[in-house]
Amino acid sequence: MIEVVRPGPLATVQDLGRPGYAHLGVPRSGAADAPSLRLANRLVGNPEGAAGVEFTLGGASLLFHSPAWISVTGAPLDLRLDDRPQGMNAPVRVPEGGTLHLGVPPRGLRSYLAVRGGLTCEKTLGSRSTDLLSHLGPPALAPGTRLPFGRADGPMSVDLAPVAPLPGAPVLRVLPGPRDDWFARDALTVLTSNPYTVTPTGNRVGVRLEGPALVRAREGELASEGMVTGALQVPPNGNPILFLTDHPTTGGYPVIAVVRHQDLPLAAQLRPGDNLRFHLS
Amino acid sequence: MRTVRRAGDGGLLVETADLDDAHRLHRALRDAAFPGVTDIVPGERTVLLVAEPDACDLDRLAARVATLEATAAEAEDAPPVEIPVRYDGEDLGEVAELTGLSVREVVERHAATEYSVAYLGFSPGFGYLTGLDEALRVSRRASPRTSVPTGSVAIAGPYTAVYPSPSPGGWRLLGHTDLTMWDVQRDPPSLLRPGLRVRFVPEWTR
Repeated sequence: MIEVVRPGPLATVQDLGRPGYAHLGVPRSGAADAPSLRLANRLVGNPEGAAGVEFTLGGASLLFHSPAWISVTGAPLDLRLDDRPQGMNAPVRVPEGGTLHLGVPPRGLRSYLAVRGGLTCEKTLGSRSTDLLSHLGPPALAPGTRLPFGRADGPMSVDLAPVAPLPGAPVLRVLPGPRDDWFARDALTVLTSNPYTVTPTGNRVGVRLEGPALVRAREGELASEGMVTGALQVPPNGNPILFLTDHPTTGGYPVIAVVRHQDLPLAAQLRPGDNLRFHLS
Repeated sequence: MRTVRRAGDGGLLVETADLDDAHRLHRALRDAAFPGVTDIVPGERTVLLVAEPDACDLDRLAARVATLEATAAEAEDAPPVEIPVRYDGEDLGEVAELTGLSVREVVERHAATEYSVAYLGFSPGFGYLTGLDEALRVSRRASPRTSVPTGSVAIAGPYTAVYPSPSPGGWRLLGHTDLTMWDVQRDPPSLLRPGLRVRFVPEWTR
């Protein structure tokens, strides 16, 4: 069992979410940077979809009441077991009574902890993911939260995973549409030829961006339609919102373009003040 | 041939003629159970297909969906769900004023219609019900409430809805129901589903 001493600004339990319920208004949820959670799980011999912890801007301490193999991936941070520095993207043996400290990542936003055996909190609709917007899954971690974990039989065969550093100037590839025809002719050009800045109001629902306004060519309201993760939804003020994993299942603002799924992990690592560009591909 | 729009590299947004067509296509797509498709989400005049990009050839899927015969899908034949309502909502008087009707007329008109679940969204189990009497169309409140209690029956624009869980909301409250709209222990967790018919039954005496 793991006891949360300090959770940092926001820490939640996440697996790969609860697909299949969107028609009932349930967001998929799950790790915002899913490949980082998958990697963390592989490093400790778990199935890729086992539940771990998603930390936002690190700053956490965890006390282990039983020994465990763990790994930390995602936004790079200073990782210490008691006083000893440990490597990211590698399995770490934590003895009973050990305290794991996660520093604040100088870059990126979300780091992931996997525990061999996986967290065994109760499932809701087939998933252990916390969805704060929809009030599903376990509550956000707080000091004193106890996290049970299971046993694993899978082999641990990797000592260290090579991981590319987060780019200093992120570029997200987008596909146009489905509602690019709601915008002025040059709106896609505006979107893909100017930097956009991440505002401080983002969360797991989406990243609010500021930059040159994307001007509509059509008046009126779009009939509400289903939304995908990675959608760039544009409210009347012209500043796009990039939908992440807890996004609402339907929406009434037109989507000018959608980020390619391979670049969603990068989008999940954007932090307030970051500048990014979009590339049509 | 249907218009099929790309929603990124893992989504297809299929346009439909109207809401009924969206519901027929929604059922036909569920029956078809295309591999790699994880979610099928009807909207007012669309159905969104969400697929695992690595497990699905989106071009092939788009071609099959474009010519899919939706009329063959089994019609929604479940009897209407009856939702008992105590019409004691905070905004009842205001709605009467806005519409020029008496409170009793507002209630009677709201309970007289058979509704259909257009689509769900906003929060788990929150169904947008169409069929609202034209005379009851009112705008949202200028300032939304920070918390609307579970079971609140409300109207806004062309829709009526029941809040399945407490949430902020700007709809005008007509009453409430004790019926459980959303329960994660239930399968399915939502009482409502797209296309389902709904009636509100006033509880006059209590």
